[in-house]
Amino acid sequence: MVAGFIIELLQITLVIGLAPIFAGWVKMLKCWSQGRSSPSILQPYRNLLKLFSKDIILAENASWIFRFMPYLVFGTGAMVSAIIPILSTDLPLSLTADVIVLVALFATARFFTALAGMDIGTAFGGMGSSREMMIASIAEPAMLMAIFTVSLSCGSTSLARIVETIYSPASVIKPSLVFAFIAFVLITLAETGRVPVDNPATHLELTMVHEAMILEYSGRHLALIEWAGMMKLFLYISLGVALFAPMGIAVYATPAGISLAFIYLLLKLGFSGIVIVLIETGFAKMRLFRLTEFLGAAFLMATLGMLSFFMLE
Amino acid sequence: MTQVTLTPLSLASFAVILLIAQTAVVSILIKNEKLMTTVCFCLSAIASFAATAAGVWTVSLGTARSAIMELGLPGLPFHLRLDPLSGYFLVLIGLLSFFVSIYSIGYVKGFLGRRPVARLCVFYNLFLAGMFMVVLADDALFFLISWETMAAASYFLVMFEDEQVENRRAAFLYIVVAHVGAVAILLAFGVMAGLAAGFDDFSGFTFDAMRQAEFPAEWATVAFLLAFFGFGAKAGIVPLHVWLPEAHPVAPSNISALMSGVMLKTAIYGLLRVAFDLIKNIPWWWGALVIVIGIISALIGILYAMMEKDIKRLLAYSSVENIGIIMIGIGMTMVFKAFGQEILAALSLIAALYHAMNHALFKGLLFMGAGAVLHATHERNMEEMGGLIHKMPWTAVFFLVGCISISALPPFNGFVSEWLTFQAFLLSPSLPSPMMKLLMPLGAALLALTAALAAACFVKAFGVTFLGQWRGHNRPQVHEVCWSMRIGMGMAALSCLLLGILPTVFINCMDVVAEHLTGGKLTTSANALGWIWLTPIAPERASYSGLVVFLGTIAIYAIVYIILHVNPGKIHRGPIWDCGFEKLTNRMQYNATSFSMPLRRIFGFIFNLKEEVRLVPQQAHSAFPKKLIYSLRIRDRFWNWIYKPIASTSFWISRKVGRLQQGRINTYLIYSFITIIFLLLFVR
Repeated sequence: MVAGFIIELLQITLVIGLAPIFAGWVKMLKCWSQGRSSPSILQPYRNLLKLFSKDIILAENASWIFRFMPYLVFGTGAMVSAIIPILSTDLPLSLTADVIVLVALFATARFFTALAGMDIGTAFGGMGSSREMMIASIAEPAMLMAIFTVSLSCGSTSLARIVETIYSPASVIKPSLVFAFIAFVLITLAETGRVPVDNPATHLELTMVHEAMILEYSGRHLALIEWAGMMKLFLYISLGVALFAPMGIAVYATPAGISLAFIYLLLKLGFSGIVIVLIETGFAKMRLFRLTEFLGAAFLMATLGMLSFFMLE
Repeated sequence: MTQVTLTPLSLASFAVILLIAQTAVVSILIKNEKLMTTVCFCLSAIASFAATAAGVWTVSLGTARSAIMELGLPGLPFHLRLDPLSGYFLVLIGLLSFFVSIYSIGYVKGFLGRRPVARLCVFYNLFLAGMFMVVLADDALFFLISWETMAAASYFLVMFEDEQVENRRAAFLYIVVAHVGAVAILLAFGVMAGLAAGFDDFSGFTFDAMRQAEFPAEWATVAFLLAFFGFGAKAGIVPLHVWLPEAHPVAPSNISALMSGVMLKTAIYGLLRVAFDLIKNIPWWWGALVIVIGIISALIGILYAMMEKDIKRLLAYSSVENIGIIMIGIGMTMVFKAFGQEILAALSLIAALYHAMNHALFKGLLFMGAGAVLHATHERNMEEMGGLIHKMPWTAVFFLVGCISISALPPFNGFVSEWLTFQAFLLSPSLPSPMMKLLMPLGAALLALTAALAAACFVKAFGVTFLGQWRGHNRPQVHEVCWSMRIGMGMAALSCLLLGILPTVFINCMDVVAEHLTGGKLTTSANALGWIWLTPIAPERASYSGLVVFLGTIAIYAIVYIILHVNPGKIHRGPIWDCGFEKLTNRMQYNATSFSMPLRRIFGFIFNLKEEVRLVPQQAHSAFPKKLIYSLRIRDRFWNWIYKPIASTSFWISRKVGRLQQGRINTYLIYSFITIIFLLLFVR
């Protein structure tokens, strides 16, 4: 039990600590792929540090929701990192939440982000919230369907159990899982606000979604939101890894197993960074109302996955 | 003289008698309206509390008790019965009525001096009494009398502000749909009673006789379909939902809270009673039908709610959605039961019952919140609101709790029932029917879509009403509402949280209801890891702990807050950034219509939309328009598809029949003459 909680803490620290480096890695790859020279991999940390030391400028009519949101978003990120089996499946807190709860926790964070966007009463904030909720209202069911497909073929919605089932030598590639995987990749791009759905680097009013909601933030509030955003990307990749490629994860929490799992994790993260950058450089940002086709395709894929499970397996 | 012992049944009867007796209280105190409202609603609160206690008592005893009252027609006494199912619904109705009664003490004072409130007090109590009696009734006659008491009382409550045409029309629509439904229920009971004891015998009208009878499959189907139609009309399933968005907004808000929160649940109760207790042998396709109707209601309900800008209409449409979710749970229970999977049937029934309770609480809370906003701003249109969180901080918090709960977000209660429903979907591959295998994934997909749309809808409802700056043209003096309204809302909000973080405790209590109706039980599995973890079926299948999520989030929040506030940077307050535009006005904020615009573009084909943008040119420079006029009209498609044809057909028939009415006595004498000849010739 004690060992379990140590792993738990280790995992939370790992996600909080490694998320900015992963973001830096993606940025670095992106610069290289576009023939630019890149900032250091630690640049996100420097940005965060700068923001933390700055004063806050708060709009006159900001309510408590505006000030509460950054902490909540960061808190949900930390909570989720205690639940996803990243290093080990032997997590005491993994009983707290299964995959459905996980999706709902992200939804809670989004709910408050959208409210905070509307709190000040600028046109940008409302626009961001409206668009974000539109994207979420198609992306979230698609996400749930992808997850349902995996949990059906594993006979459980508990993440630790899913990882163990997929990891076991008896598991084979099933058509439903392939559909679910494609849907999951598409939704990860949407949910973490990457190209072609949203561009984290832009502040152009016609295109921005997530950035529009947090436009009025500054200082430590902004730092927490940015950090939580990086954690979200990290967590979605970890979730994908746990659902579809859990090789190398420690089933029992031994020091050797954990270190091995850590090395595997770094390799997988490095590789998924490359995939993300390839997608991002390969596609242009889509027009807002073309997104329904993109997200609808993801939803359809996931539903097909589940249907093929019911029909074939 | 017989000794009256205190039993759950006598406690519940006491509640009903107290409610009916208040008619006398009102007539005594009619001179002093202020005292009258206080006394009246305090007594209603006591009665509701007594009913809740009776319900809790029944559920914890887990057995049925019945009694016969020598009232009513000679030879047809009223039968009363309290079993776990009716006990559960007694708790559901009593709890929300208790909160709403406390809320009403302050709310109804807002009408004093503007209009006489005696009518509101009388019908409020009769309405509550009617709902309690529906649940207590154990024969078709008493059930229908109670059902009609409830419908008639609520009709007068909807008509409370009857000087407006809109309100009268809404009330009329409501009473028409209610009666069409009541006729179907009457026929359903007629079929069952006739089959139970033959058509010449009255004894079939008790539920006991129907329970013991074996119905032939085709007649059972007729009875079920009639009952489903009748109760569905009351519950507001699509396409019988059109009265909800008309009647709920025009009723006083405490009444809308009760109508939407608990009156719709009496229909759910009736459906459960007829299907699981009286008919019992359920073929699987009934379940499939209920699931399909449930899915359609959920999706259509939330999409129309998303498009609304009237806060109470939005809440009314969202009730259609939630009734749909409950119907999905009931449908799955039927399917699982038909295929003999009792534990899964118990799981889905508990999901449905839990959602019924949750919906009563959060929808009651939201309508009370909307009432508070209405009370303070005299405005129902969200486009004219904004920034109320500063003026009404308490109401804002309670309304937010309601919004989070209804959007099915952890750790509040809405999430628990939605999670249980999803678990039931994920356990359905064991069903042998290929039809169901096709339906289940689609159902899960559309339910997930509904849940996500609900979140978007309630971001809009809260964001536009309480956040931002005042959007309206005129600025009324807005103030926080009085203490009794805040207590009523606060208690409902607290129950939402408690049901969210301690689901295991409540599910253990509810298990007896599920066992009664489906023969399956969850307790043993739900309790495997202690009361913190909710683990339906088995811990390795799925688990959830709302308590840990709640405490964990709070703990992390506290840690981060403390770390960041060891040496915090200063907070400067400044005006909002206007991009250097300098002419930013409050009307430039996003409002309800603009918030829902992206979703309107995606799902536009579902609505009957008429959008118009017109430019008003300037006199001097026609190239530079002076202003832009935007108009949008959204209508329910079902009006044109179903109601318009029915209405015009019935008008056509009445016109034709009306020709007989000549108004001349000699014509009528000819009619009588022909009739007599006819009778003499053919009837012997």
